[in-house]
Amino acid sequence: MSTSARVRSARKADMTARVVTGVAAGSIVAVAVFVLGYIVYHGIGAIDWTFLTSIPKDQGRAGGIFPVIMGTVFVTAGTAALTLPIGVFAGIYLAEYAPRNFATRAIRLSITNMAGVPSIVYGLFGLAAFVLLAGFGRSIIAAALTLTCMTLPVVITATEEALRQIPADLRQASLALGATRLRTIRKVVLPAAAPGIITGSILGLARAAGETAPILFTGAVFQMRRIPDSPTSQFMALPYHVYAQVTSVPGWNRTLVWGTALVLVAGISIVSILAAAWRSAQRRRVTW
Amino acid sequence: MVIPLHVSGNGGIAAGMRNLNAGSGGADEGEPRFLREEDEGDDPVVGVSAVAEAEGGLGAFALADVSVSYGRDRVLEGVSMDIPAQKVTALIGPSGCGKSTLLRCLNRMNDEYGDVRVTGTIALDGQDVMAKGVDPVELRMRVGQVFQRPNPFPMTIFENVAYGPRTQGIRARDELSAVVEESLRGAALWDEVKNSLKKHAFELSGGQQQRLCIARALATKPEVILMDEPASALDPISTQQIEDTIAELKSTVTIVIVTHNMQQAARISDLTAFMLRESLDRPAHLIEVGDTKHMFTNPDDPRTESYITGRFG
Ligand SMILES: Nc1ncnc2c1ncn2[C@@H]1O[C@H](COP(=O)(O)OP(=O)(O)O)[C@@H](O)[C@H]1O
Ligand SMILES: [Mg+2]
Repeated sequence: MSTSARVRSARKADMTARVVTGVAAGSIVAVAVFVLGYIVYHGIGAIDWTFLTSIPKDQGRAGGIFPVIMGTVFVTAGTAALTLPIGVFAGIYLAEYAPRNFATRAIRLSITNMAGVPSIVYGLFGLAAFVLLAGFGRSIIAAALTLTCMTLPVVITATEEALRQIPADLRQASLALGATRLRTIRKVVLPAAAPGIITGSILGLARAAGETAPILFTGAVFQMRRIPDSPTSQFMALPYHVYAQVTSVPGWNRTLVWGTALVLVAGISIVSILAAAWRSAQRRRVTW
Repeated sequence: MVIPLHVSGNGGIAAGMRNLNAGSGGADEGEPRFLREEDEGDDPVVGVSAVAEAEGGLGAFALADVSVSYGRDRVLEGVSMDIPAQKVTALIGPSGCGKSTLLRCLNRMNDEYGDVRVTGTIALDGQDVMAKGVDPVELRMRVGQVFQRPNPFPMTIFENVAYGPRTQGIRARDELSAVVEESLRGAALWDEVKNSLKKHAFELSGGQQQRLCIARALATKPEVILMDEPASALDPISTQQIEDTIAELKSTVTIVIVTHNMQQAARISDLTAFMLRESLDRPAHLIEVGDTKHMFTNPDDPRTESYITGRFG
C-alpha cells in the first residue's frame, strides 16, 4: 500500500469511528428526549395546583397526590439523613485511612456486592430485617433503612472516588503548614471533593426516590387520607402510586398517572439541575 | 558556616528536644510559642541560638550522614552538608536523584509517605529534628514548603494565607489580618490582591497562585522555606517574579530550592549542592556542595561539570 493510500484508509477508519461513536452518543439524547417528552406530553394536563395539594379521590382516579408527594419527600429525606453521614464517613475512611489489608479488601468487596444486589432483594431483606426483626413494622423508618442499604454503596463509592481525585500536593500543602490529618481532611480535602460527593449522592438518592421494590413490602401503602405524621407511620409514594394505579385500579386515570410520573421526574430533575448549577459554579474555579 | 551539634556542655540536641516540647506545650494552651521566643528564656539551649545569632540568625540546617530508603529501596546515602541561615541553597541534579526526598527530610514530610526510613542527623539550629520528642507539626511551622505546582486551597485568598496561623490557634481577626498582609507583602503579592482578599484563590493567575503559596508558607513565620521546583510550571515573567521574591525573602528566611534550571540556580542561589544517582541499583549521593559561583565556574568534581554543562539529565 502506498503512503497516500495508507493515509486515506486511516482517515476513512477515523471517519467511521467518529460516526459510530457519534451515533451511539446521539441515540442516548434521542432516548432521553423521547422518554421525557412522552411523560410531559401525557402528564402535563394533570398538573395544576389542586393536583399537587389535594388528596386522592376515588382510589386515585380523581383528586390530587399531595400525600403521595409528601410520602416520597419524607422517605427520601430519611434515606438521605441516614445515607449521607454513613456513606461519606465510610468513603473518607476508605480513601484516607484504610490500610492495605484483608479487612479493607473485604469492605470493598462488600460494597461492590451490595451495589449489584437487585432492588427487590433489598425489599425482601428490609421486610425481614427492619419490619419484622427490628420491629419497626411497615413504616417510613423501615423503608428509609431499606433504601439506605441500597444507596450506601453509591454514596461510599462516589465519596471515595471524589477524595482520590484531590491532588496529593494539596494535602501535603496542608500537612506542611503543621495541620493534622483531620484538619487537612475537614478544611481542605472535603471542601475540594464536595462537588463530586454531592453529585454521586444525588444520583444515589434520586434512584432511591424512584424505586418501588424496596418500599413495596416495607411501608408504602395504596391509600392514605392524610400525610404521614411520624417515622413509624406508613406512607404513600410516587413510584408505588404509579405501580398500584396501573396494576390494581380498574379504569385508572391515564392523565393522573402520567402526571404522577411527571412530578417524580420533575422533582428529581430540579434537584439534579440545582446541584449541577452549583457544581459548575464551583468547577469554574477549580484548576486541577 | 557550621553549627556545632553539641554545644553548651549538656548537648544541644537534648536541650533542643526539651525546647521543642516546651513549644508544643505552649500550643496546647492555645497560644503557640516559637522557639525564637523560647530562646530568650534561660533554657540551656540559649547557647545554640547564640551561636546561630552570631552567625546571622536562625534557620540553619546541619545534615550529617543522611540516608533515605523507601521500603527496601535505598535512594539516598550519606548526605552531609550545612545549609546556612538566610542564604539561598540550591539543590540540583538529574530527575530521580533524590532532591525532593532530601527536601522532605528537612520538614519531616517524609513521615507522610508511608514506608520511608531516614537515618543520620538533621539538625535545625543545633536541634535534631528527627528526635523522638520532636513534633513534626511544630517543626513544619518553622520549616515551610512551597510545591512545584501552584496549589492554593479551595478557599479565598485571605483564608489561604490565614490557614497556617489558624492552625496555630490564632483567632483574633485583626491579628489574622495583620499576618495576612505581612505575608502577602513578603511574597510581593499584596499590591495585586489587597482589594480582593475575599476572592477565591483559583481566580488568580498561575504565577499569582504560586506567590500566594509562598505567602501561605510565610504566614507561620518560618525560619526556613523549602521550595521544590517552584517555578517549573510558570511562564518566564512569573518565574522572574518568583525569583525576585526569593531574593527579597532571603534577608529574613533561609531558602532551600530544588531547581532543574541551571541558570536559575546560578542566578538566585548562594550555595549549590549537586546530587547524582549514578545507577538505579545504587543510592544517590551528594557529589559536591559549595559556593554557587565556584560550583558554576570551577567545580571540584568532573561529574558536576558534566551536569552543569549539560552532559546528563
Ligand atoms: N513516595 C515514594 N515512594 C517510593 N519511592 C519514591 C517515592 N518518592 C520518590 N521515590 C524514589 O526516590 C528516588 C528519588 O526521587 P525524588 O526525591 O523524587 O527525586 P528528584 O526530586 O531528584 O527527581 C526516585 O528513584 C523515586 O522513584
Ligand atoms: Mg523532585
